[in-house]
Amino acid sequence: MTNSPARIAIASGKGGTGKTTLATNLAAYIAEQEEVVLVDLDVEEPNSGLFFKGDLIHEESNFKMIPQWDEPKCTFCGLCQKVCNFHAVLQLGPTILVFPELCHSCYACSELCPTDALPMISKRTGKLSDFRINNLHFVESRLDVGEEQAVPTISKTKQYSNENYAHLRIEIYDCPPGTSCPVIEATKNADFVILITEPTPFGLHDLTLAIETMRTLKKPMGVVVNRYGIGNDAVIDYCQKENITILAKIPNSRRIAELYSSGKLIYQEIPEVKELLSNILDYCLKASKGDIE
Amino acid sequence: MKEIVIISGKGGTGKTSITASFAVLGGNNAVVADCDVDAADMHLLMQPDFDFSEDFYSGELATIDANNCIRCNKCAKVCRFGAISIRSMQYVIDPLSCEGCGYCARVCPTEAITNKNRLAGKWYISNIKTGSIMVHARLGIGADNSGKLVAKVKNEARDIAFEERKDIILVDGSPGVGCPVVSSLSGANFVVLVTEPSVSGLHDLKRVYELVKKFKIKAGCIINKSDVNPKKRDEIVGFLAEENIVHLADLPYDENFTSAMTQGQTIVEYDQNSIKTLLTSSWERIKQLVINQNHNR
Repeated sequence: MTNSPARIAIASGKGGTGKTTLATNLAAYIAEQEEVVLVDLDVEEPNSGLFFKGDLIHEESNFKMIPQWDEPKCTFCGLCQKVCNFHAVLQLGPTILVFPELCHSCYACSELCPTDALPMISKRTGKLSDFRINNLHFVESRLDVGEEQAVPTISKTKQYSNENYAHLRIEIYDCPPGTSCPVIEATKNADFVILITEPTPFGLHDLTLAIETMRTLKKPMGVVVNRYGIGNDAVIDYCQKENITILAKIPNSRRIAELYSSGKLIYQEIPEVKELLSNILDYCLKASKGDIE
Repeated sequence: MKEIVIISGKGGTGKTSITASFAVLGGNNAVVADCDVDAADMHLLMQPDFDFSEDFYSGELATIDANNCIRCNKCAKVCRFGAISIRSMQYVIDPLSCEGCGYCARVCPTEAITNKNRLAGKWYISNIKTGSIMVHARLGIGADNSGKLVAKVKNEARDIAFEERKDIILVDGSPGVGCPVVSSLSGANFVVLVTEPSVSGLHDLKRVYELVKKFKIKAGCIINKSDVNPKKRDEIVGFLAEENIVHLADLPYDENFTSAMTQGQTIVEYDQNSIKTLLTSSWERIKQLVINQNHNR
């Protein structure tokens, strides 16, 4: 365990609170000192890559495994349809239909078929790309539009990063919004989770859900309050009451919004943000080693 | 009955605030469906009374009866989701990893594994302050099948709109392009895309519109915080023209959105000036477009 990187996941509950802003700025800040990998796991709408212009090191397709009917071998015993809990395999008269978007790749139909008439084949679901910008490695996957299942792609992307960048000290995950299966997949191997929110009623409501989710996963976590100064103090009060560390308050600023909107990194222009990043990083590294209770 | 879906691709562009404003402008003629079941926030602005609630079950979850388990390891071997592990000499299932495929139960020689229906969340019907009705939901932590809960919320909203003879269903969609978004788009008559003039806003708008095109639904777009980056705003307007998307409005960056929210109000209740005027004319335009669509068919 001692040699694997500290995995810091940046998640939020509510969308648009600043996950990508924090992930890209933190990664670029770390890269000033050492090699680091940033992994964009928001595979439905990956945005981190918009902030970096780097060299493409590697590219590959992402696949999911689905069964394919091998007609001559089929005895129409009906077992495949019976064992599929997702209604992805259907026997219709003398035909077996497979619905790839419903398939969860559990292999039950394929492996339980008595005549091997449903071998698993791979189907493209998107693309993984690996870029390098000096010390910064940036890995992203994007789901092909129309593909619905993000989880297998997220899992595959983490695996790629683990295989290629296990020697680094820090790995950063930019996670999808929400609290459902994609977020669980993106955060479940993290050593520390940063939840970023804004001090508004929507921000607070979704933060409470995100905290509940991370508690279910038993993850150490801290909160970053973005756009601090708008809204009210309810988020701060809530974190204090729940005994959750506030790692930083990033001030509300039109300048930050403008920099972000043009795809620029913020800390390079605003020294105050650089200091906040340094504090956040220190805390995350200590906490992921278990030095902070 | 017309179904109008509001989506954004990117989160945090103001989708829910704008949907809530349309709900107020639509008054008692608009049934609201909050289909952002992952992070549902509409209720914070609509004063719902949670008149009716029901558990939502979807999919299955395996459990192992330790008394019947002979530790043959067959279940763990077939599980593709890494959901079965051995903890203090016992085989156990991690509910967050189990996808409910049921394969393990089928190969268990002693029938020690059973599948139970999985509680995936809760859904509600509420009377809201607009004098209308809202259908909303809360997805359980880490639950799969959010697409199915979205479908449930939408179908209930349709039934209510039909029974109560309402003309409009307003659907607040979720961010992204995955299963909940696909589910909220199915059967819609018009899509309102809410975006912001940033590299991410435009990038996500393009992706989500690719999805909208697959459904062949007519769309309009509201550019929120349009003055934050005039150059990007112009780029978005160019994209809209190219794709024949109706440019409904530019809304300036306005912290009154947040101030309204902290008071539990929509921006059209809170602000009596520019934003209200812009949203009101957008809403009239949307209604017109949706009705015209009817004539064309």
